[in-house]
Amino acid sequence: MINVKTLFPLFFSLIVLPVIAGVKDDPVLAKMMVNQLEIRDIGDDNITVWDAQLWAGQDLQKLWLKSEGEYTNGATEESELQVLYSQAVAPYWDVQFGWRGDLKPSPDRHWLALGVQGLTPYYFEIDTALFVGNHGRVAARIEAEYELLFTQQLILSPELEMNFFSKDDVETETGSGLSDLEAGLRLRYEIRREIAPYIGVNWSRKVGKTADFARDEGNSVDITEILIGIRAWF
Amino acid sequence: MNTCRQPVLSRRRFVTGLSSATALSILGSTPLLLGSKRYSDAPPVMQGKLFDLNIAYQEMNFTGSPSIATTISGALPAPILRWKEGERVTLRVHNNLDQTTSIHWHGIILPTDMDGVPGLSFGGIPPGESFEYQFDLLQSGTYWYHSHSGFQEQTGMYGAIIIDPIEPEPFSYDRDYVVLLSDWSDESPSNIYNKLKKLSHYYNFRERTLADFFEEADEHGVANAWNNRRMWNQMRMSDRDISDVTGYTYTFLMNGQAPADGWIGLFDRGQKVRLRFINAAAMTFFDVRIPGLRMTVIAADGQNIQPISIDEFRIGVAETYDVIVEPESDTAYTIFAQSIDRTGYARGTLTPHPNLKADIPALDPAPILTHADMGMGGQGAHEGHDMSGSGMPTFKMKGSEMPGAGMMGTGQAGFGSSTPVKHSTTEFGPHVDMRADNPNYRLDDPGVGLRNHLQRYDRTVLTYADLQNLYKTQDTREPQREIQLHLTGNMSRYMWSINGTKFADAEPLHLSYGERVRITLVNDTMMNHPIHLHGMWSELETGDDHYIARKHTVIVQPGAKISYLVTADAIGRWAYHCHLLYHMPGMFREVIVS
Repeated sequence: MINVKTLFPLFFSLIVLPVIAGVKDDPVLAKMMVNQLEIRDIGDDNITVWDAQLWAGQDLQKLWLKSEGEYTNGATEESELQVLYSQAVAPYWDVQFGWRGDLKPSPDRHWLALGVQGLTPYYFEIDTALFVGNHGRVAARIEAEYELLFTQQLILSPELEMNFFSKDDVETETGSGLSDLEAGLRLRYEIRREIAPYIGVNWSRKVGKTADFARDEGNSVDITEILIGIRAWF
Repeated sequence: MNTCRQPVLSRRRFVTGLSSATALSILGSTPLLLGSKRYSDAPPVMQGKLFDLNIAYQEMNFTGSPSIATTISGALPAPILRWKEGERVTLRVHNNLDQTTSIHWHGIILPTDMDGVPGLSFGGIPPGESFEYQFDLLQSGTYWYHSHSGFQEQTGMYGAIIIDPIEPEPFSYDRDYVVLLSDWSDESPSNIYNKLKKLSHYYNFRERTLADFFEEADEHGVANAWNNRRMWNQMRMSDRDISDVTGYTYTFLMNGQAPADGWIGLFDRGQKVRLRFINAAAMTFFDVRIPGLRMTVIAADGQNIQPISIDEFRIGVAETYDVIVEPESDTAYTIFAQSIDRTGYARGTLTPHPNLKADIPALDPAPILTHADMGMGGQGAHEGHDMSGSGMPTFKMKGSEMPGAGMMGTGQAGFGSSTPVKHSTTEFGPHVDMRADNPNYRLDDPGVGLRNHLQRYDRTVLTYADLQNLYKTQDTREPQREIQLHLTGNMSRYMWSINGTKFADAEPLHLSYGERVRITLVNDTMMNHPIHLHGMWSELETGDDHYIARKHTVIVQPGAKISYLVTADAIGRWAYHCHLLYHMPGMFREVIVS
């Protein structure tokens, strides 16, 4: 298994390089993006959800970290980390491969990731990947996002995520086929480019076997939450 | 003693004999009054044959908060260097920065090792060291000088050069002013560059909104509005992408004065005033006019042209235009230089009295790119509700018979290329986001944001088609060969290149000493690029072989092509690049003449 901690020094050595490089056309840069840092189910459980990414590298080759998860009542409920190498293959498209770890809830699951990230005509942002795990397990994910400008600073972004699995996984309570659907609608106000508070709504639904697992546990399969959050990058 | 601060550069009034040493000692002890309302705040003047220029860090304040600039001899802009044609000048440049520096004498014909490009002409001037430039002045006119190291130009290292001719000038004037335009940011240039790499539209707050679509749908119907958007949506390009860096971070300066105060030039009623416009900005094209005054353009890039009377002109980064105006009444006039994207302006006042100012006009509507600007010239009628005009003028070469067309695959000297446009294989890949399918010569197109200004505002706009040399073409040979270069890039990744190959990976271009060559530039991007060839003239083909205008910097409009002739009469290694500072690291070639 990949030791995540060993990757960080490598990352930060890359970030320091531009100082030495001076004005090159293609300096090594790093960009930290907190796409979502939000509180859902406000007043009740106060679930904190994050979705953050960090890349470091050059115009066409980058190293990516992608992290998302959920934090409730003092404990991390869900956590996923991806470490990917990214290679540009077309003006608007990067191919990414590496490792994905589902660290929470336990038991953890590890996958080889192969994905495509980019922008389609008509400006849909796509992040989609195929994941290959132990015991011939295969998973797939599609994420799509769009940005609608009301003004230069007031931006509505609908997004959609779908997860698929090839096999049932009783321990993680995921079923084969389409497992879950998530749709969000966030309205952000860019105070400046880098900082934007937002409000929104998130709807998620567990499907098929995954829904059955949830029902057996007495959990709901269909959740709609109002949320408030902040988006930031630097 | 005060002569070095004298704003009026009239040759009749200018007190000669001021040594550079004197000028320096004054500069060293006099704090600069930038931002003050004093009309004498023109750049200081240094004159003679021997100059000492000190490069140092200096605190400046253009925005209300202090910021560190890199300056030449304590001034921003740097002192005006006034030379005399036929003389030999010596310039000792002392570097007090903690990084390597250099000075390039823009547009000056000189030996390759005096050209000031680190890595090509010399090794640069290391911190704490000096370099002595020495060269003969073989030309006259308005030029400028600037750092060619890193992004130092953005932080203040630029100034004007005036070379007085040996022969009497073919025009007369009573006052003589430099009007140097530039763009200042409190952000460090590397921050700006890095932000563009992380989010290429960071500084663009003119993107299309939902309201724009509804407005269009209201006007033309939903289906038409949608169809008009189709190409842009499919290409993932923005028709509002005019400037990479905008007034969001820039304060536009005229002779180092922010617009709030503005630079002031004095005249007495009935006088002829020569204005030497220099665009020393890092990234900003300006559209210049003086409401109430018609301008007679007498020189372009330092070279005299056949005078042409206009109301407005676009000046690309690094270009210069000399104009003469004749204010006939005792009123003030605003020199209004709006940035091409209309996010701000530089401003000055021509006035008979320092306290008398004129109204500042409103900015024109922000330009919107058309299909023609994407090199789809053949089908260029889709203007949408383009605020900049409808109906693309189609350029017809004067004498469009094109005698000699097809000969050796080129066209006749002065008339442009007839070679088909070809995209090389290196233009395909993730680093290039578009290729112009049908780039046209658009010499009589003033460019996006200036079209149809005669009909709309009764303003005659200068175009490249108007440029004709005052003197006969010196090298009347036909071009022996043609080099076609494509300006390429990926806007969203903020990568720039030529023929898809960035400077770091490119082989030098080779020219044979003495040959006459045509360079055809094809713009495969949606931005204007000002292309500067060092060491030799770029003789712009505007449809006349007898009076070909000589330029040092040539704007290539988006989706267009343009041709010029070069006589390779300067042996050595020369820089050849886009003069937009943040395009330059990639969109750059070395030219070797041997």
